[in-house]
Amino acid sequence: MALYDVIFYLFATIVLVSAGGVVFSRKMMYSAFSLLFTFFGVSGLYVLLSADFIAVTQIMVYVGGILVLIIFGVMLTTKITGVDIKSGTLGAFQMGIAGLASLAIAVFMIIMSMNTQWMQKDPLAETSTTVEAIGGLLFTEYLLAFGVAAILLLVAFIGAALIARRK
Amino acid sequence: MLESIPLEYYLGLSAIIFAIGAVGVMTRKNAIIIFMSIELMLNAVNLTFISISSFFGNTGGPIFVLFVMAVAAAEAAVGLAIVLALFRLKKTVYVDEVNTLKW
Repeated sequence: MALYDVIFYLFATIVLVSAGGVVFSRKMMYSAFSLLFTFFGVSGLYVLLSADFIAVTQIMVYVGGILVLIIFGVMLTTKITGVDIKSGTLGAFQMGIAGLASLAIAVFMIIMSMNTQWMQKDPLAETSTTVEAIGGLLFTEYLLAFGVAAILLLVAFIGAALIARRK
Repeated sequence: MLESIPLEYYLGLSAIIFAIGAVGVMTRKNAIIIFMSIELMLNAVNLTFISISSFFGNTGGPIFVLFVMAVAAAEAAVGLAIVLALFRLKKTVYVDEVNTLKW
């Protein structure tokens, strides 16, 4: 088994186990830290897929921004006892329905990806980095979308500060 | 270098992550854990974009992932602000106890 395969299976295991930890753990803080490992595992998979810029962006945006926000949210909204007693105690019927629906989604998508005739891979010239191509596209072809995203972020942050402000 | 793991493995992995996130959204009652599950589902979609664009040598995938990340950041900021305001008002973050808009 090549080293590439070993690294893929390692990261896939990390991502799957910690994704399960996010959803099924009883304590909210454990969920938040499982989410940290999920983000790092997905970032490692990006590196394996030779998407270096997106891997670094994943760590900076998700771990450095969103996860910190979520941990602040956990700490500001947990009661003094800290133990999340009643979370996730749906009835067995609803749990079964939700599990079956999600299993159906996963099985359907896996079967679909197995049965699709993917087009042949383009033997593209090996480049050392993808940053240059992404930057070029972002400021020529996708310039309008880039500006709209910037305005969206500005509006969202002003709105968030306005909503969360103490009256 | 990419040949040893086929594209279907990456797609199947992201399908499983998406399903785990969907379970979280459907079964958990804590609003913040629902947020985390939504982030999981967004990550699964991003992984699909990156794997397909990397296997086909296309630069459109990373661009789209960048915009998904921007929208996810905006969504997390606004959503957590709403959860904080809700907690201040109702002293709870469980979505089944918040039924002011329920008729």
